[in-house]
Amino acid sequence: MLEQKKLIVSHAPFWHNGNRVTERSYHTILAALPAALAGLYYYGIPAVAVMCLSVATAVLWELGINLVAKRSIAIGDGNAAVIGLLFGMLVPATMPWWAVLTGTFIAVVIGKQIFGGIGSNAFNPVALAVAIMMVSWKHLFDFDGMLLNYDFAFATAYPISAAKNFGAPGIAKFDLWNLLLGKQIGGIGATFGLGLIFGGVYLMLRGFIRWEISLTFLAGVYCSAFLFNLMDPVRFVGPAFHLLTGYTLIGAFFLATEDSSSPVNTIPMLIYGAAGGIITVLIRSIGAYVDGVILAVLVINLIHPLLDKIRPKALGKVV
Amino acid sequence: MLRKTFFALTVPRIDYDLLPMVLPKPEKISPTKYIRLFHAKNGNQSSPTGFHVGDKVKTGQKLALYGDDPAYVIASASGTIRSISPYSGDFGKNYAAITIEIDTNEVYDDQFKAQAAEPNLDAALNHLSFIPGSPPLSTLSDTEQEIKTIVISGVDSDLLIGTRQYIVKSRFEDVRRGIEILKKISGVEQVYLITAGETVQTYGHLGAHVKSIDTRYPSALPQLIMKNVLGEVVPAGKTSADLGVCFFSSEAVASIGRAYMDDQIPVTKTLTLITKDGNRRLIETKIGTPIRDILETCDVSINEGDRIIFGGPMRGSAVYSLEHPIQPDTDGLLVLDRSNAAYTSEYPCINCGDCVRVCPANIQINVLVRFLEAGQYEAAAESYDLLSCIDCGLCSFVCVSKIPIYQYIKLAKYELGRAEASEETHA
Repeated sequence: MLEQKKLIVSHAPFWHNGNRVTERSYHTILAALPAALAGLYYYGIPAVAVMCLSVATAVLWELGINLVAKRSIAIGDGNAAVIGLLFGMLVPATMPWWAVLTGTFIAVVIGKQIFGGIGSNAFNPVALAVAIMMVSWKHLFDFDGMLLNYDFAFATAYPISAAKNFGAPGIAKFDLWNLLLGKQIGGIGATFGLGLIFGGVYLMLRGFIRWEISLTFLAGVYCSAFLFNLMDPVRFVGPAFHLLTGYTLIGAFFLATEDSSSPVNTIPMLIYGAAGGIITVLIRSIGAYVDGVILAVLVINLIHPLLDKIRPKALGKVV
Repeated sequence: MLRKTFFALTVPRIDYDLLPMVLPKPEKISPTKYIRLFHAKNGNQSSPTGFHVGDKVKTGQKLALYGDDPAYVIASASGTIRSISPYSGDFGKNYAAITIEIDTNEVYDDQFKAQAAEPNLDAALNHLSFIPGSPPLSTLSDTEQEIKTIVISGVDSDLLIGTRQYIVKSRFEDVRRGIEILKKISGVEQVYLITAGETVQTYGHLGAHVKSIDTRYPSALPQLIMKNVLGEVVPAGKTSADLGVCFFSSEAVASIGRAYMDDQIPVTKTLTLITKDGNRRLIETKIGTPIRDILETCDVSINEGDRIIFGGPMRGSAVYSLEHPIQPDTDGLLVLDRSNAAYTSEYPCINCGDCVRVCPANIQINVLVRFLEAGQYEAAAESYDLLSCIDCGLCSFVCVSKIPIYQYIKLAKYELGRAEASEETHA
C-alpha cells in the first residue's frame, strides 16, 4: 500500500518562520507610499511621470542585468522596485527623463548589481546614485531652481538652502507644523514628514528596519544641531528644523537602514546611526553641500564593516 | 504550525511544549513481521563473525557481530536473523543492518541476569549500551576523562517532543533506581536532574539535585544547561565530557533502573509521534520496529513528497524509507506534509541580521555563512566561531533568504573533523 511513496529528505530545521525578502520589499514600499502619494498630490502630473519612470526603469535595469548575467530573474523580490521608488522620492518633480534613466541605472547597475546583486552592495544604491547625480549635474538637485515654475500657497524656497545661506533669519517664514505636513519644497517624497514618520514607525514595529539605526540617526541630527545652535543661534538654525527638512527623515528611515550596507550588532548599529546624524549636520552647517544626508549615509556605509567588528563574545570562545 | 507575530521588535520566542498535567496514555505498538537493528561498524569490517543469517536469537540477547569490536546491539524480539546488510547513515557512518524475522513465541535471554545481582560498570557497558535512551556508558568508562558530574535531562532537546518529560513523570521509581545504580557503578556523587518549569518538591527523595530550566528553546541543549545550571561554559570545540560532565536522557536512566529491577534488558522505547495535523501521541514500541508499522497502526497516511523526521522540527534528521527502524535514541517521530515543510533557496544573504539576533551562542552568522558558502571552513572556525555553534537550528529557522545555514554549519563541522582525523593518522 505504502510501497511506492517517495519521501523527501532534507536537512533540519524543518520549520521556517515564514519571513521572506519579498515581504520586506513590499512592506517597505507600503511604508513609503504615504509620503510618495503626498508628493504626487503636491507636484501633480510631472511628479507622477518621474515616479513611474523611476520605478519602471529600475525594474527594467534589474531585468536587463539578470538576462545579461544569465542569473535567475530577481525582479519579483521587489528590491529593484524599492530602489526605483526611493530614487523617485528623492528627486525634484521636474527631473528630466534622461536624468531619471541615468539615476536608476547608477542605482541598480553600479550601486547594486556590479557588487554581486542584493545583499552584496557596499553602499546604499539609492544614496550612491543620488550622490553621483548631485556631483555630476549640480543644477538638477538645486530645488529652488528646478521647482521655480511651481506656485504654491506656502513658502517656495528650499528650506535647507535658505538655512544654509541666510541662517536663522532666513527660515523665519517656515513654520514647523507646515514643514511636518509637507508644505515645503524638496524631493517628491521627501517632504511629507508626517508620512515618513508614520512609515518609519510601521517598519520599525514590524522589524523590517532596525529602530537602533533610525532613532540614533535622528538623535545624532538633533543633538549636533542643538550644539551648533547653542554655539551661534543666528548662523545655525535649531535642531527641530533640521529634523523636518531636507532628506533627514527619509534618510533615517529608508536610506541608512538598508540591510546590506548597515551593521547588525546592537552597539555598531547605535554608533552607525549616530555617526550618520552627526555627519549630516556637520555637512549642512560647515560643509560645502546644502544637504548632508546622502553623503553621510555613504560615509557610514563605508565604515559599517569596521563597526560590525564590535561584536559580543561567542559562547565558549577562548582567546 | 507556528504563527508569526505581527510585531517584531524582539527576537521570536519559541517554547518547549510541556506535557499536560494529566499524562497522556502511551499506545503500545508491536512490530508485525520483523525488526531491524543498526549495528555500528568500522569501515573495514566485511563479513560478520559473531552471528550469521539463519541464527535464532532471543529477546534481550546481545548480538556482537565482530569479535574484535566492542560494538553490539540488543535483539529486541525473538526470531531468526534473515539478513545482515551494510547500511550507510548520515555523515558517512557505517552500520550493519540486522533484520530479524519475529517468532510468535517470545523467549527471554538470561545472560544479563547473572550480572544484575552485582551492578558494575563493565557489565553495564557490555549489556546496556543499546537500551532505550542510549546511555553514554562509554563516556563514563573512558579512563582519559574522569567524569565528576552526571546530568540527567528530563527535557527533550527539540520542540514538540514530550518523551523525556513523560519518563520523568510516569516512571519515577525507575529513574530513582537508575540514579542509584549510576552512582554506584560510576562513583559519581554529583547528579543533576533537569526539568522544565515545574515544581521541584515532588522529587524530594530522588538522590539528585533537581534544577528547573527556562522553557524557551533551546535552553535544554547541553551547552546551555552547562552554562545556565552548572555555571561552566563549554569552550568552543570541546564537549561537556571534556569538563567532566556526562549527559544522560531521563529514559536512559529509567532503562538502567528497570534493567536491574527486572533482571533483564529493557527493549521497549517510548517516543512521541507528531502527526501531520500537529497532534502529539505517545507511543511505546520495540527498538527496531519499522516506522511503517507505527504509521499504519496510527492511521497516518503518507503521500508522495512527505517528510518523516527522526527527532523534532528543529534538529531532527529526515529518513528516506518507511522501513527505517526506531533507534534507541529516537525520542520523536515527526510526519510533515509536503506543503508544511520548509524549503531552502539559493538566494544570497541580504545581511538583515535576524540570525545574529536569534543566535543563543552570539555567533556572527551573517559573516560566517559567507565563509561557509565559499568552503573556507578553517577560517570560519578560527575567526568566526564556527565551533561555538550549539546546533539549535534557529538561524535557518529565521533566515529571510532561506539559506540552509544550519546545514552549512553541520557540513563544515563534519569536514573539519574529517580533516583533523586524517591529519592524526598521517602524522
